[in-house]
Amino acid sequence: MTRRIAYIASNTFREAVRDRVLYNLILFVLLLVGSAVLFGQISMEIERIVVINLSLTSISIFGVVIAIFIGIQLVSKEIDKKTLYTVLARPVRRWEFIIGKFLGLVETLTVNTFFMALGFYAALFYVSNGLHKSDLNILLAIYFIVLQFVIITSLALLFSSFSTPIFSAIFAFALFVIGTFADDLKNFAALTEGATHWLITVVGYLLPNFGSLNVIGSVAHDQPVSLALFVHNSLYAALYSCAAICGAALIFERRNLK
Amino acid sequence: MKSTQYMTGVLSFLLIACFAGSALVERKVDQLRPAATLEEVLYIPSSKVVKRMSVGFEALAADIYWTRAVQYFGAKHIDNANQYKLLYPLLDMATDLDPHLTPAYEFGSIFLTQPPPRGAGEPLKAVALLQKGIRQNPDSWRLYQGLGFIYYMELKDYPAAGQAFEQGSKIPGAHPFLKVMAARTMQKGGDYQTAQMLWQAIYESFGDGLIRDNALKHLRALQVDQEVLQLEALVRAYAAREGHLPAGFNELLGSVPRDPLGYPYELLPDGHVMVKFYRELPFITQGLPPGQQPTDLDLSTQGR
Amino acid sequence: MPAIEILGFQKNYTVGFWRKKQKTALKPLSLSVESNEVFGFLGPNGAGKTTTIKLLMGLIFPSAGTAKILGMDWRDPEVRSVIGFLPEQPYFYDHLTAHELLEYYAGLSGVPASERKRRVAAMLERVKLSDVGKLQLRKFSKGMLQRVGIAQAILHDPQVVILDEPMSGLDPVGRREVRDLIQGLKDEGKTIFFSTHILADAESLCDRVAVIHKGELRGVGVVSELVTSAENANRTEVLWNGAATAIAAVEAAGAECKTHGQTAHAILPVARLDRVLEIIRNHRGQIISVTPLRSTLEDYFIQQIGEKPQSALEVSR
Repeated sequence: MTRRIAYIASNTFREAVRDRVLYNLILFVLLLVGSAVLFGQISMEIERIVVINLSLTSISIFGVVIAIFIGIQLVSKEIDKKTLYTVLARPVRRWEFIIGKFLGLVETLTVNTFFMALGFYAALFYVSNGLHKSDLNILLAIYFIVLQFVIITSLALLFSSFSTPIFSAIFAFALFVIGTFADDLKNFAALTEGATHWLITVVGYLLPNFGSLNVIGSVAHDQPVSLALFVHNSLYAALYSCAAICGAALIFERRNLK
Repeated sequence: MKSTQYMTGVLSFLLIACFAGSALVERKVDQLRPAATLEEVLYIPSSKVVKRMSVGFEALAADIYWTRAVQYFGAKHIDNANQYKLLYPLLDMATDLDPHLTPAYEFGSIFLTQPPPRGAGEPLKAVALLQKGIRQNPDSWRLYQGLGFIYYMELKDYPAAGQAFEQGSKIPGAHPFLKVMAARTMQKGGDYQTAQMLWQAIYESFGDGLIRDNALKHLRALQVDQEVLQLEALVRAYAAREGHLPAGFNELLGSVPRDPLGYPYELLPDGHVMVKFYRELPFITQGLPPGQQPTDLDLSTQGR
Repeated sequence: MPAIEILGFQKNYTVGFWRKKQKTALKPLSLSVESNEVFGFLGPNGAGKTTTIKLLMGLIFPSAGTAKILGMDWRDPEVRSVIGFLPEQPYFYDHLTAHELLEYYAGLSGVPASERKRRVAAMLERVKLSDVGKLQLRKFSKGMLQRVGIAQAILHDPQVVILDEPMSGLDPVGRREVRDLIQGLKDEGKTIFFSTHILADAESLCDRVAVIHKGELRGVGVVSELVTSAENANRTEVLWNGAATAIAAVEAAGAECKTHGQTAHAILPVARLDRVLEIIRNHRGQIISVTPLRSTLEDYFIQQIGEKPQSALEVSR
């Protein structure tokens, strides 16, 4: 069982790596990081802050785009093009397929982020004339961004298991935007009462909370991120994406393939 | 087939368990998060940029900031924090995005003005906010009322207060109360009646919410302050006549007077009058237990 | 024990905007395929062949019915390690090379790592793709893809091989190669179940065939027996000169007659041959030829799909 999942994961990774579109997107992000350096030069004091803010935000947004783009492709495309038939004709369980795909995608995104982070640190090095100990703190922000990717990928897979590629992409991106404003949604919920309050609260928990995974502002100002937050955020991402993947597997188990 | 049913069972269980778990962890995470920094809460500190980015949805953006302001204030208020640094920026941003967002101005006039921990203690900023509001909404007499309130209550600038009330009273449809206030503040300053009238006006203007609660507490406090002073004056008069202090209120008045919460006032051996539960009556300056300074902390559980 | 047993497979779809209307893709179908036989599943396009195969492979789920493959429940995932499948118009991960694809599939099928390289090489050799093993699949022609398809179907040495239209889109050379491959698999003791609408292939390869039309099974049986049950079986054609007078009598004897100038031409059941020959001689006709008519599978096929549904003509072995 684990072996089959591992094979599917590495094949997914291989497929993503050989996809030329991926490189264009990474290149784009690196360009943005470079331009952040230019922006920063407008004001010397906040140069470092601008580089950090702009770069990490770019990595975050474009990383999500990549996650959705590849995530949707990798399942919907398979079903469309029937490459899936010969895979499922083997002793591969449908849920193994979903989990394998998911792990392969997470692997891809982690490697991507690694390269984008390298580019970022290079820019930071240039702007700060060397790296300082506090720069290590930023890794935590990047780690949290990767957690965002994991969550959004699990959602993209969930939608792919029953919806067409276009709609899956739209839903997933919409959830990313809404999830970023999760805090405001909770504020609205606190102002309401009764049935509306319950409804909005439930929806609030259903939606992914990206607000707490965003510590870009804090690390830009060299504020420390607590260990407790690190642990709990990791736990949250793991649990939430696990739930989404279970949903995807459940749906996919029952799906009549065209 | 057995194994598919088994798998369905496992997956369904995992789905629910993981989702429930994630909700629980999310709550914990919310508690752990550090207090929002200016940047985080405002996202982008420049209203011009936000305006451009909102592409026509400024009203929505304004609402978001306004909601944050209320939540922020509410949360900090509960924590009895001493600083409300973000309140002004939030209100400023919200009103930049939606200049006609009257509640924001009104909220600011009260809670920006009062000294911590009741408010942000930035009356000058409150004045600036209201002046901006008046520029954008020249027909709003409420804003003049708010402005007058700030000048009177906190800045103790009675002429300026009078002027604000006067200008506001000229607006068609303004509450007649404004003319009265203009007159009173011009004449006198710093008396209980005027303060009472101001707070009463605010209390009546707002249906519910923090502002109304706050006004109610102030009204009670004013009532207590006046009643305690009156009672103490009566006690002193009695002592002057009889040569000794009355043993209790029954001896003095024939009955025991009660405070706005319904509890009987207590007569202390030294002739001072004390309220029974001073914690339930924030903002009072009279009637406190001996040695107790008027605390600025609103620790009351009532009327919230 | 039959290699494949289909017990009442049925598939309905709900169609229409409100999902109210029922469309039946497959009426209850029961079929069994014996061990080591080559079984042809015939029918025009849209008859339900692919639906049946997809049901068997667990790609879609039946509205009713079950199946057994090699005695195991068809839904058992372990079944799929002993069957091989080639879908219709297959498409493979085009970012992989043939070699990589087969290695990946071998791993998924549970072929031990030590065996894999050897198997993959052997397969590529068998389907004659050894020289393009390192080429990315996106560069393969249709015929080459079909061959890769067969390779991946038999890679893990399955007992049962299921092929959906394995000959479609191939040129005659390609078709011949696939036919030889199937024959080779049979010689190895495997069971082959394949669908096609090219009858000539079925006729030469299959031990038994089934005909399906509009979601319904119309006939199952050994090819030779089905052929003889068709219309033209047991009939003879007689040509003679002269004896125009004989025609009426010949027709009365149960033949169909036609004349072309001097020559007359009659088709009649074999049982009537002696009688008709006698009639012609009596009328002093000159017999040119007596030829038994041979029926083809095509005749049987057309006959089956033309008729109203009835209980299947089960001519068992």
